[in-house]
Amino acid sequence: MAAGAVLLGVTSGALGTFAVLRRQSLVGDVMAHAALPGVVGGYLLAGERSLPAMLAGALVTGLVAAGLAWVLTHRLKVKSEAALGTGLGLGFALGVVLLSYVQRQPGAGSAGLESFLYGQAAATLRADVLVLGGVAVVGLGVATLLFGELKVATFDPVWARARGHRVALLDAGLTGLLAVAVVIGLQAVGVVLMSALVVAPAVAARQLTRSLGAMFWTAGALGGASALAGALLSAATPGLATGPVVVLVASAVAGLALLLGPERGRAAEA
Amino acid sequence: MVTGAAVATAGLSVDYGDGPALRDVSLTVPAGVIGAVVGPNGAGKSTLVKAVLGLVAPAAGRVALLGDRPQRTRHRVGYVPQRSSVDWDFPADARDVVTMGLYRELGPFRRPGRAERERALAALETVGMGHLARRQIGRLSGGQQQRVFLARALVQDPELYLLDEPLAGVDAASEAAILAVLRAERARGKTVLAVHHDLGTLRDYFDWVALLNVTLRAQGPIDAALTDEVLADTYGGRVPLPPRGPARAAGAGLEVAPAR
Repeated sequence: MAAGAVLLGVTSGALGTFAVLRRQSLVGDVMAHAALPGVVGGYLLAGERSLPAMLAGALVTGLVAAGLAWVLTHRLKVKSEAALGTGLGLGFALGVVLLSYVQRQPGAGSAGLESFLYGQAAATLRADVLVLGGVAVVGLGVATLLFGELKVATFDPVWARARGHRVALLDAGLTGLLAVAVVIGLQAVGVVLMSALVVAPAVAARQLTRSLGAMFWTAGALGGASALAGALLSAATPGLATGPVVVLVASAVAGLALLLGPERGRAAEA
Repeated sequence: MVTGAAVATAGLSVDYGDGPALRDVSLTVPAGVIGAVVGPNGAGKSTLVKAVLGLVAPAAGRVALLGDRPQRTRHRVGYVPQRSSVDWDFPADARDVVTMGLYRELGPFRRPGRAERERALAALETVGMGHLARRQIGRLSGGQQQRVFLARALVQDPELYLLDEPLAGVDAASEAAILAVLRAERARGKTVLAVHHDLGTLRDYFDWVALLNVTLRAQGPIDAALTDEVLADTYGGRVPLPPRGPARAAGAGLEVAPAR
């Protein structure tokens, strides 16, 4: 359980760096909320509690909702935050309806589906850690391998395209990495609060670092530490969901960094 | 289209959906000039640069960049976008940004090493910023940020420089440094085309000009193309500065004082 928490915290935190710098934090929130129907759908299709099926479902519906928001913004001229709010609300509402339907079916109570709402790290089984580990290795591996390309596409995408970088492909890849950052923590942190674990460590790391590489790994370390602390605290307190505790820890770290960070914190301004 | 031209467009039109941004522009920029694109706000100057680079799709017409389709040749162009096009809060120092100009030749999987860092530093020294190489980009002045962008183009050793308002809102030291670099590059046989806003310095800084206001009003060597009639036509009679104002000190040969 602890290993799983660290793994997902590191992955979400590190990949969150790109979400924050590309101003896509809200897109992450849409993906997280809209993952719920995919989780339930994956459970229904697999016919049993299968984490790979549920995560695959989460990826699909999360990306569909983000795509819907993109179409609303870019093709139908809806304001971006209104489009994102629509995608988030629609996805989450669909998920809650599906969830209440499924939970009246026999055997569903033991599947731990409700833990996907607010997160329960203790619900992570040993076999789940292998699945999460595989997703984490793929996500972090792709980001590390293509780090320079992702850097130019994040800092100055228009120039990068003129320079001959494959920006459209990199954009798609970065959206995929954001989806990975979100779904990997859904079980432990929950769809409602997951995007905070993607965003808060990167916000903190930005205050503490001077290069993208340093920000990436610092965000990973802070995400891992927050997830571990949250998992241990909630495990020690019966009935306490993991997600809120993880997010409170991560937010406290971000708050401290904003106040005291040597690079851009309030103290550094003085 | 003229072969051997650095940039050639034929009947180029661009429409963003609310009226034409460019209409029937046939521009021929000869190789080896230091040229300016001037025109009032909303004349389509930035759009022309982006269309020449193949970054916006034309509604009609053709573009030849260095003799071929822009998608095939644009990596050989040193593109200097407007400073406001990026978030300067990005975690990077000046040398990091200049090094990004080398990522394409490194390929997607190789990391920049000592050789790349030294080339980036040399480019920063050329623009008078060697002493600020390790400063966070968010803590540089506007003129210094513009010089970082120029160094990122310089490090590519391109054949053609396309610059979008490189002198807008920059301090005098940066203006002199940028101009000195562009002149030195032209002297090495490179071509320069810059969107420019200040008619008062146009004759001092450039030897070739294109006047644009959605349509191309005139183009050619500056003494031939820049007439009062063409200026009045381009700016609709509201010329912001007299075309033959007192000559300002040109940037060439000026000592570049390191800004602190």
